[in-house]
Amino acid sequence: MGVDRRTALKGMAVAGAALLASGAEDHAREPHPAPSDAVGMLYDATLCIGCKSCVVACREANDMPPERTALGGGIYDSPISLDGQTRNIIKLYEGADGKSSYMKAQCMHCLDPACVGACMIGALQKREHGIVTWDGSRCIGCRYCQVACPYLIPKFTWDKAIPRIVKCEMCVQRIDQGKIPGCCEVCPRNAVIFGKYDDLLAEAKRRLKKNPNRYYPKVFGETDGGGTQVLYLSKAGISFTDLGLPALGETPVPELSQEIQHAAYKGFIAPAVLYVVLGTVIWRNKKAEAKGKEEKP
Amino acid sequence: MTDHAVPVGGPILTRPFKWLMALFGLSVLLLLWRFFAGLGATTALNDGYPWGLWIAFDVVTGTALGCGGYAVAILVYILNKGKYHSLVRPAILTSALGYSLAAFAIVFDVGRYWYIYRIPIHFWQWNLNSALLEVALCVMAYVVVLWIEMAPPILEVMQEGSSPFFKRLAQTTLPLLNKSMVFIIALALLLPTMHQSSLGTVMMLAGKKLNPLWQTPFLPLLFLVSVVGMGYAVVVFESTLSSFFLKRPYETAMLGSLAKVMAYITIGFLAIRLLDLLYRGVFGLAFTSGWLSFFFWLEIVLFVASAAMAFSPAVRANPGRLFQMAMLMLLAGGLYRFDTYLIAFDPGPGWSYFPAVPELFITIGIVALEIMIYIVFIKRFPILEEASPARSRA
Amino acid sequence: MVKARGFPISGDSAADKETGGVGRRDFLKVCTMAAAAVGLSASVGKAWAEAAAKGLKPSVIWLHFQECTGCTESLLRTSHPKVAELILDLISLDYHETLFAAAGHQAEDALKTAMEKGAGKYICVVEGGIPTKDGGVYCQIAGRTALDILKEVADKAGAIIAIGSCASWGGIQAADPNPTGAKGAPQILEGKTVVTVPGCPPNPYNFLGVALQYVTFGTLPALDKLGRPMFGYGRVIHEDCPRRPHFDAGRFVQQFGDEGHRLGYCLYKMGCKGPVTHANCSIQDFGEIPGTWPVGIGHPCVGCTEQAVLWQLPIAATVEIEHPTPPALYPPISPEHGGVSPVATGVAGLVGGALIGAGVMLSKKLMAEDKATTKEE
Repeated sequence: MGVDRRTALKGMAVAGAALLASGAEDHAREPHPAPSDAVGMLYDATLCIGCKSCVVACREANDMPPERTALGGGIYDSPISLDGQTRNIIKLYEGADGKSSYMKAQCMHCLDPACVGACMIGALQKREHGIVTWDGSRCIGCRYCQVACPYLIPKFTWDKAIPRIVKCEMCVQRIDQGKIPGCCEVCPRNAVIFGKYDDLLAEAKRRLKKNPNRYYPKVFGETDGGGTQVLYLSKAGISFTDLGLPALGETPVPELSQEIQHAAYKGFIAPAVLYVVLGTVIWRNKKAEAKGKEEKP
Repeated sequence: MTDHAVPVGGPILTRPFKWLMALFGLSVLLLLWRFFAGLGATTALNDGYPWGLWIAFDVVTGTALGCGGYAVAILVYILNKGKYHSLVRPAILTSALGYSLAAFAIVFDVGRYWYIYRIPIHFWQWNLNSALLEVALCVMAYVVVLWIEMAPPILEVMQEGSSPFFKRLAQTTLPLLNKSMVFIIALALLLPTMHQSSLGTVMMLAGKKLNPLWQTPFLPLLFLVSVVGMGYAVVVFESTLSSFFLKRPYETAMLGSLAKVMAYITIGFLAIRLLDLLYRGVFGLAFTSGWLSFFFWLEIVLFVASAAMAFSPAVRANPGRLFQMAMLMLLAGGLYRFDTYLIAFDPGPGWSYFPAVPELFITIGIVALEIMIYIVFIKRFPILEEASPARSRA
Repeated sequence: MVKARGFPISGDSAADKETGGVGRRDFLKVCTMAAAAVGLSASVGKAWAEAAAKGLKPSVIWLHFQECTGCTESLLRTSHPKVAELILDLISLDYHETLFAAAGHQAEDALKTAMEKGAGKYICVVEGGIPTKDGGVYCQIAGRTALDILKEVADKAGAIIAIGSCASWGGIQAADPNPTGAKGAPQILEGKTVVTVPGCPPNPYNFLGVALQYVTFGTLPALDKLGRPMFGYGRVIHEDCPRRPHFDAGRFVQQFGDEGHRLGYCLYKMGCKGPVTHANCSIQDFGEIPGTWPVGIGHPCVGCTEQAVLWQLPIAATVEIEHPTPPALYPPISPEHGGVSPVATGVAGLVGGALIGAGVMLSKKLMAEDKATTKEE
């Protein structure tokens, strides 16, 4: 018995060391910069007039039917939030201090998306131009992406027997044809504009510099959650949390969990070592037991 | 080994069994409705709470309850405590059933189940960054391993049976299985270690949506440690129930010594949990988080109570108190998982979730099915040890 | 040519007489206006004025069947300036039972002559429904049924325009139970292109747009499935209604005469059929007085252009919005979603409680059993 316990403990130590060793060689994930062909959108809440042309344009660009809700007894296309039928929405923030602002909500197309990190089988991926799209030919509908996304963007069509994940895909089908996303094309005040990510980030910073009294002093998406390709500017005195955007640090959302996962499983070294250790211990125990049985009459 | 295991015998279709069949029958109808009408019609799941009862209970807690085999295997095959041998087969059975039904729960919980077969096969599409992939692959592999481990009792019955084909099949396969048991058992120890800890890693990706009292880089370790404790508790639970309902002697001595192991594991778990909270500087939240504080302290109380009971020799000698202690442990570990996956998960203002009635009854029906299959197995296959006359109850 | 009767002609100059008493510059202005009103350019208006001055006017044969003559009156109910007269000067109205000075055989001869002279070129305008039951005897002119007259005249027409709802789809006489089997011209003239200009009465400019395009270019405007010109019937009233902002903001009249009604709020709840009625009443004034349409004076649209609406749906009944658009209302940053079912909570509570209770009871039983056994020992 004593021999076996010692062997077992020795074995555990070896496995543990292997774990640490495999972890040590990979202690930081590479940062995710914006892809070279990255496109994005810049939404300037100070310009938005809440006309909702972008909501209507998104419906048309993506062939989505209007969404009737209880408001008015079904006479309006009045989604109250993003959902399986609505990829883009205009919301209204009304502060206790009387300040108000419109807020356009859609997928942020993060530089290091949590949803992409979550998806087991790569149904959600960052594809051309850094646009995050959903591939229905892979998705099993496990909804881990919904758990992961800090902006609560991926929506599920719960009412369907054949459900889908629905979210803004920056009108990639239009971009492929040389056009721009529906919302950006139709906005009468260019409150939301489309362009190369680098250009948009520079433009956002330029606006902040040129007119600091007009804006909340930050470009949301520059570093938030590792950075997003959709950038936001808010009115002075209205924070991004007021507008419903989560307060994420600079760390990409999936970084920590992936570091831990990789530490344990990189190259499958630790599991393999553990398997060998376990097998050895079991075999030794069985041999000892058989020997014991032989010795006992 | 367990060469004194025999089928318990007796009728299958007892009154309680028929009640279980009715419950399962109801859940079958509800499941048909779920597949026909979609998840929205049969559950209260929503975009804020995409994971609900079926994930938190059927899958996460269900697999934890299915770690009896894992926990006993550690004792018997690693730490070489041969005296627990008689616990192995019933524990493996509970595990096989628990994991199989957890896998079935995944099939009816996911929205596009027709692609599930791709998870183990389409390796070129695997996202190795996903903790959930690891869980899925590991659980699938473990279900297979568990049923391979369940093969000996089944083959033993075939050997005694009337069909010559199955007799020959059993005669050729059994020795092969026995020879390769080392590889199989090592796998049966490796796989749960991997996926039960990964079940903790999965919720790390929820980030700030998981309350800081639960969100920690130590989630994988906490899940792993607690699942071992729960594994022993399940063994106590299931052994006591079997003895009670089948009027067999209680295995109090063995279960009592298991209790001590459980106590140390619980202490270990609580130490890691509390030290982690202190280190991250969030222990104060345990008092200021409203109703989440209640759930936090409830977890702690349940764990502490279970450990306290397990340290008492009087408890360890008493089947009733052992059963209570095991229940406390299971409730504690189960609550910890419910809290991590559901109760302490806050997607933001405006979202709420409580399982819908069909959702509840589908879960109840699945549990009923598990109990039914367990009963069939122990009555018709050599799972439980032959009750020696010297130990039989009045 | 037979002159129109009954309209005062002001001014005595020869030029005035030629242009119906309006100065030449005003006449040109009005022609330009008329052209613009139907989407044609100013140069076209000029061309009309010149052609009229030369006496080159296309022939129009205007048939009247089951009608109230409202469509004709709509065309004539203009006052600033006397466009009706001018328009009658732009075209050659070769047969019109209401406006003719002549009657009886003289009128019928005029019809025959016009048909022969302008075969293949004249515009056949149909006003009123056509009864078809019992061989169509319920409307006869000069001993012939409306059915026969229509078929004969339409046969040689260059263009056929059905003016008003009655001619477009049957109108009031076609309302249930439709005792005369009344139908619209397109249903009678299957296979032929019949432009329909529905309305009860229709907007005269819609009619003029079609007629003047035909006389100018020889073409018909783009038509929808029912033969209605798209420029007038391509959209529903709801899309161009001046009260739409009130609809979008949720400001509705709840009762005739209430505060909302006085403030001109949306009449949707009073049964306005605007959302299902194709017409341009809100953006193209009838006559020249702005706001002279039902909604403009505070009564919900009754859907007079639509066969499925007028005489079918109760006036006070609200209609479906087929193509809903966003309201002028906004969801908050974090709206409330769904709720928790009390029934489910109860069931879960019962089940959970029952299981825990059973567990406690069982453990107590075991403890009692154990106590009994220890006592025995």
